[in-house]
Amino acid sequence: MKKFINGPENLEAEIIKGLALSKPGILRQLPGSNVLVRQNLKKDKVALVFGCGSGHEPAPGGYVGYGMLDAAVPGKIFSSPTPDMILKGIKEVHTKAGVLCIIVNYTGDVLNFRMAMEMAQMEGIAVESVVVADDVATQKSKSVGQRGLAGVLLVAKIAGAEAEMGTDLYGVKEVAKWAASGVRTLGVACRPCVIPNDGEPCFELGEMEMEIGMGLHGEPGVMRCSMMNARDTARQMLELILLDCNYENSEVVVLINGLGGTPIMELYVVNEFVHQYLAEQGIVIYDTMIGNFITSMEMGGFSISLMRLDPHLKALYDAAAVTPIIRR
Amino acid sequence: MIDSKKLCEILANMAEKIQEQKDFLTELDNEIGDGDHGINMARGFAAVKEKLPAMADKDVGAILKEVGMTLVSTVGGASGPLYGTAFMKAGMACKGMAEISGEDMLKALSAAIAGIKQRGKSEEGEKTMLDALCPAERALSEALEGGAALKDALGKAVDAAEAGLLHTRDIIATKGRASYLGERSLGHQDPGAASSLLMLQVLEAAL
Repeated sequence: MKKFINGPENLEAEIIKGLALSKPGILRQLPGSNVLVRQNLKKDKVALVFGCGSGHEPAPGGYVGYGMLDAAVPGKIFSSPTPDMILKGIKEVHTKAGVLCIIVNYTGDVLNFRMAMEMAQMEGIAVESVVVADDVATQKSKSVGQRGLAGVLLVAKIAGAEAEMGTDLYGVKEVAKWAASGVRTLGVACRPCVIPNDGEPCFELGEMEMEIGMGLHGEPGVMRCSMMNARDTARQMLELILLDCNYENSEVVVLINGLGGTPIMELYVVNEFVHQYLAEQGIVIYDTMIGNFITSMEMGGFSISLMRLDPHLKALYDAAAVTPIIRR
Repeated sequence: MIDSKKLCEILANMAEKIQEQKDFLTELDNEIGDGDHGINMARGFAAVKEKLPAMADKDVGAILKEVGMTLVSTVGGASGPLYGTAFMKAGMACKGMAEISGEDMLKALSAAIAGIKQRGKSEEGEKTMLDALCPAERALSEALEGGAALKDALGKAVDAAEAGLLHTRDIIATKGRASYLGERSLGHQDPGAASSLLMLQVLEAAL
């Protein structure tokens, strides 16, 4: 294993310290925890709390700040945060307007958040949640539902902007659910990441193989095949996305998210075809985000997300945000 | 009967057993999940073991409850809330008891199972820890009713859990991360059922 870390024992804490030190004007770390909260919390605004495993940096902490998250709760590497930590985040940022938890649809995340929310409710805090399940690689039936992938960041951007306007808890929740209903994501991986705890790759893939639909933690996807070029890969992915959700005549945001081990250069190459293909389908691209927004350490691969816009969502997407990663 | 001292000894043994079987559990999870069950469970039970000296003078219910809370805050993943809830519910079923009989143990196991079902919104037959625990509960109940001694009754429960674990190979997962695999989850044992069996084995061996 070749990683620039100081060992797996304190890895999660060291990640958070490093991130907090980089933007002290935007966020701070809660003492005795890895919870990051926004500086200058706004009174009477619905507070947004998001959490996911570590190893997905800059998520979740990179999205704390004005116009997005009030608290980010990371778990251990690739493991959801625990209820006590989520509760700590909720209690630190909650206001009279309540708290909205944004949850990615994995069993662990859902169970830990649900438990934390019950504990918060017992303490009299109004708390609601929206579960993001944007992965078209996972079947809706016969499983726990579609996984949550990079689309969660678009949902968090929308919900954060709505909350900033002073909308009440149910209003923010409804807008988040509406945005989430129009988000679809599909990923592809060509190289595994190595889990720092045991030094083992999180999956095995032949030298010239790739897997479309692979999850952020190496969960199986829809198709393992020989390595394809950027154009053919993106075409396959977009075809599957458009089969799952009809974006015809829609205006969309495109998010091309690198998993950590794929250079931005390749993401631009992918984007060129994405724009060409969507234009052919009569889908109008309002804006494109390209970068490593939610990663899987050094995993090779990327995901493509589309979010449908309407005039209200467009305004929220464009609304001001000041976080370490997204600034408008 | 199991008193607080005996319970702490059993919990320490569980921590040891899970540490010892960490790689086995992780391997099972690698096949159909995200490969962290052993790591997560070992971390949780190491935290439990650390707290044991401070727990020894508490009653059985309070110890079980604290074990549950410790697991919830240290295991993570899905198994943290599930095992945490199980131990907390078991603790509530043994509230205030200085020692517990076989009947009490059965009540605690039933409460734990009910907690897991409610927390996970799951039932037996979905390729989860319930597929080891539910058969164990039935076997324990039957044996105790038939007048078996506690150790023998627990032996039957372990056998039933083991059969249940093997049966998870024939179940298509509909809960948890393995459900993404659909039919490809066939032929694999459920890691949660495997860790449940380990705990029951430790309990039986300690008596």
